[in-house]
Formats: sequence, structure tokens, C-alpha cells
Amino acid sequence: MTLIFEQLLNGLLYGVMLFLLAAGLTLIFGIMGVINLAHGSLYMVGAFVGTWVANESGHFWLGLLAALPAAMIAGFIVELVVMRRLYSRDHLDQVLATFALILIFNETTTIIFGRQPIFSQLPDALATPIEILPGLPYPPYRLLIILAGLLAALGLYLLINKTRIGMLVRAGSTSREMVRALGVDIRLLYTAVFGLGALLAGLAGFMTGPVLAVQVGMGEQILLATFVVVVIGGVGSIKGAFIAGIVLGVVDTCLRAFLPGMLATFMPGPEAHSLGIGIASMGIYLLMAIVLLFRPKGLFPVGG
Amino acid sequence: MSRTVSIALGLALVILVLALVPPISQALGERSFPSLVARIMIYAIAVASLNLILGYGGMVSFGHAAFFGIGNYVVGILYYHHAEGVPLWGIIPGTDQLLITLPAAVIVAGIAALAIGAMALRTGGVQFIMITLAFAQMLYFFFVSLQQYGGDDGMIIRKSNQLFGLNLRDKMVMYYVILVIMVLFFAALWRVVNSSFGAVLAGIRQNERRMTALGISTYRYKLYGFVLAGMGAGLAGGLMAVFLRFASPDTLHWTESGELMIMVLMGGVGTFFGPVLGAAAYLFLQTYLSAWTEHWQLVFGLILLVVVLGTRGGLSGLLSRLTRGRS
Repeated sequence: MTLIFEQLLNGLLYGVMLFLLAAGLTLIFGIMGVINLAHGSLYMVGAFVGTWVANESGHFWLGLLAALPAAMIAGFIVELVVMRRLYSRDHLDQVLATFALILIFNETTTIIFGRQPIFSQLPDALATPIEILPGLPYPPYRLLIILAGLLAALGLYLLINKTRIGMLVRAGSTSREMVRALGVDIRLLYTAVFGLGALLAGLAGFMTGPVLAVQVGMGEQILLATFVVVVIGGVGSIKGAFIAGIVLGVVDTCLRAFLPGMLATFMPGPEAHSLGIGIASMGIYLLMAIVLLFRPKGLFPVGG
Repeated sequence: MSRTVSIALGLALVILVLALVPPISQALGERSFPSLVARIMIYAIAVASLNLILGYGGMVSFGHAAFFGIGNYVVGILYYHHAEGVPLWGIIPGTDQLLITLPAAVIVAGIAALAIGAMALRTGGVQFIMITLAFAQMLYFFFVSLQQYGGDDGMIIRKSNQLFGLNLRDKMVMYYVILVIMVLFFAALWRVVNSSFGAVLAGIRQNERRMTALGISTYRYKLYGFVLAGMGAGLAGGLMAVFLRFASPDTLHWTESGELMIMVLMGGVGTFFGPVLGAAAYLFLQTYLSAWTEHWQLVFGLILLVVVLGTRGGLSGLLSRLTRGRS
């Protein structure tokens, strides 16, 4: 029982990570109509800069202060130099240009930080597991990530639903042309949304640092899962990204944790393990295929 | 009339040059060059098949490597069962006869394309891109999880396939086999593209609603195109397994799908010979940049970015602009 509860928490952790990345991506998708494969690279920038600053300064939270602006500035540069030219292009050009950005980001990071993964040192208070249920110790840092992710979701909800900028964002994802026609500086809005997405990606990147290895290519590992979240949730929908992110995070984590064991009850061990991992890895894609077959626009489609 | 003649002459010239590559590079001491050209020819088949749906049909498939990889594995798995002497699922005997393995690769890839396409084509736009990617990733993880066939590491095909007593282990012989297959493939593709079916496909790209209004079942035509493209990629994947004597899950990875798309774009989307140019440009760049610097991906990324943002129509667009400028 405690094992299941622990995996549910791990799934929730992965889910909020997916949400932080998917939120930015779905806004960029929904408002500007751009497929941005390089979103994972912004996540990587946040992770590398934050972890490096934290290690050099010896203060973990200084890393966060560095990671957020670094990812945001990287986002602004990407938007100003590359993305602007892609808004009017077709999806093929967008996929390829942002694919090129992945290569550029990865190699530049390799040149600066090397190929070895880097690790960050957590403050002791966050690293020592606490007993959240009888017989279930859990690292407080992981709880903090979940909390931060949920807070970010709440903040985003308030920003989108209660502020003027949020109103423009919502209007932009429903009818881009109309917002432009009403005299809103759409280019400024695009840059702001892109920066916001980059900020969230950087936050996710820095926070996963102590949990996963910070290494080149980390962006692509999570990128595809993020796209699955965006598509299942419905392009442009923050609510959809949140629900799909949490569900996929939990489903993926539980499949990986329990499927190999379940298969091992009626198969030889090593084969059951590799088959279980294989099917678990396919799980989210299968889920996406099923959702798209019945709801071709995702669960919470935005606009007409 | 004169245009047809000049195209035919140009083609004959290209085939002649390709046929002369091995002896000339032998004479110049460039031993690895024919292998590079052979890989370019194999990729040209895969890229041209992607171009059929992407360039002519307007379907941006981000999962084309799935069919390439299936072809790859069909040849690998048939050889595995031939070598072990144990039939697959107890009924399908293995084989190493090229005249069986390659058609099998084409057919299995075609069936997979039929199943995937039938589902994926119900969506469109971004969702189509993502669902094709999803199916390719599923197949990738499926093959990775098959321990019997090497899992992560892929499988080595120890002995080369058989064809009329030719020694396919000899890279030179293999080179000409690949050349012949490529020429046959492009001849077949020429028929397809210039048939009424090709015209319908192009019509769907330009305006699907209009084609529907003309009474054409666009879904069916798109599905036919998707299956044909999958078969082409299966042929290329099978040929690659025969050539490298190795089948690997890397051939199904999503970056491979991305590379195929890059080659389509570099050559020129929706042009007949663009895929050959695109495959050549990509593999030359990859080979020579990586020999020049460890960080070749940075240079390549920058080149790709400039190509995407700065050019229209890729290399063949550039070529036709140059030739038009002269005449």
C-alpha cells in the first residue's frame, strides 16, 4: 500500500514537471500556431545554468534565481531571432528550424559544460527523508517540487483568467486575427508568451536537477512526453495541459514501477523486465493515439 | 519534346556517373567513398517515399522512420530465424534470399503503414504530426524491448543475403545492386507521381475540400499514398540492413524521422529528384563535418537554420533558379 502511495507521489511529481513544460508549449502552440521542438532546450538551459550557479556559489536557491532569468533570456533570444520568422510558415519549416535549434543548443552546452552530467547538492534539510505516513519516508525536496508545480499552476490560472494579459492570451488562442485587428501589439504579446513559457521550462529544469541527472539531451527525453500532454490536453488549453500532465505522469510512473513485476508472475524474469519497460514506455503514446482517435482535437479543444 | 529528351539525357548521365563511382574512387584510393554513395542512394529511396506524402500529398509525417525501421528488422529477423533454423512463431521459416527478404520488408512495412495510416489520417495538422510520431515511438520501444532480437543493441546479420550467387559481402557488388534497385524504384515512382493518382494527391495538398467536391474520397487516396510511402521506406530499410549487415532500433528513433524530413527539405519539398540531392547534401555534410570537428552538430544546426529560414525550395529550387538565370 505504501509502495503504491509512494509511486503515486512520484507520478504526481513527474506530472507537475510535464505540466510546467506543457503549459508554455501549449500557449505557444495555441496562440502563435508554432510547433517548438526546442522547448526542451530551454528546460536544459534552466537546469544547467541553475545547477552550475548553485554548485559554484554553494547556495542552492541562488541557482533558482539564476535559472529563471537565464531560461527567459534564452527564450527571448530564440523568439526574436528565429521564431518571429516562423509564425507565417508551415509546420514542416517550424519542425525543422526548431530541430536545428536543438542541435545548436545541445552542442553549445556540450562545449561549455562538457559531456559529463552535473549534479547539484541539496541543502540537508531538503534531502533527509521525512516520514509522511507510517512506514513511508519521502524526501521533502520532492514534496517541495510538487508544491511548487501546483503553485505555478495556480499562478498561471490566475494570470490567464484574472488579468488583462491573460485576457489577451485567451483571446489570442481563440482568434488570433481578431486580436490583431483590435489593435493589440501582437508581436509584444508573442514575445511575452514565449518568455513566460521559457520561464516555466527553466523552473522545471532547475527543479529536476537534483532528482535527475543534468546532462545534454535531457530536453529531448522529456520533450516528446510533453508533446503528448499538449496534444491529449488539447492545443492551447492550460486546463487540458494540467489534467493530461498529471494523468500521464501518474500512468507512466505506475506502469514503469509495476508492469515488469506483474509480467514476471507468468514470464521468465529478464524477459518480463524488458518487455514490461517496453510496454510502459509505449503507454503514453498508446494513450495519445486512443484519445486522438475519439477526440481528434484532444480532450479540451480551444477555439473553433 | 526537347525537354523530355534533355531530362532523359541528364538521367543517363547521372546513372553513368554513379556507375563510375566505385572504379574511380578505387583508382584515387578513396576506399570509403562508394560506401557513402551507397548509403546516399538507400536514403534517397526513403526520402523520396517520404516526399511522396509530404511534398506531393501535403501530409507532414513525423514518423516515417517507423517503416524504415520495420524494413530493417524484417531482413534482420528473417536472417535470425534462417541462421537459428527455428521458424518464426513456429510457421514462418527464415531466409537469406534477397529476392524474398526485400519484398517481405516492403510488404510488412506496407501493412504497418496501412494500419497506422488508417488511424492517423483521421486527424490533421498538428495532431497528424504528433500521432505519426507516437506510432513510430511505440514501434521503437517495441523493438527495443525484444531481447531475442538484440533489444537496445540491435542485431548483427553475420552472413550477407544471397542473390543469384553474387557475393553481396563485396561492397562493390552490393553498390551496383543498390544502384539498380534505386533506379528501378525511381522509375516506378515516376509512374506514380505522373499518374492520375499523383494528380489527385497533389490536388488534395492544394485544396482538399475542392477534391471532395469533385467526388473524390480524399481519405482513401491519402491512405493509398501513405501505404506506398511506407512501402518505399520499408524497401530502403531492408536494403540498409542488407548493406550494413546490421538491424538496429536506432533506425526507428524519432531523430531518424527528423533526419528524413531534413533531407526532404534540403533537396526541395515536392520535387522529383530533390530527395537524391537532399540525401547527398545531408550525408556529405554529416560525414565531412564530423571528420572536421567534434562539434559538427553545431555547424550543421546553423546551416539547417539558414536553409530553413533563408531558402525556398531547397537545393533543387536553387539549381532551377541558377539554370533559369543562365538561359
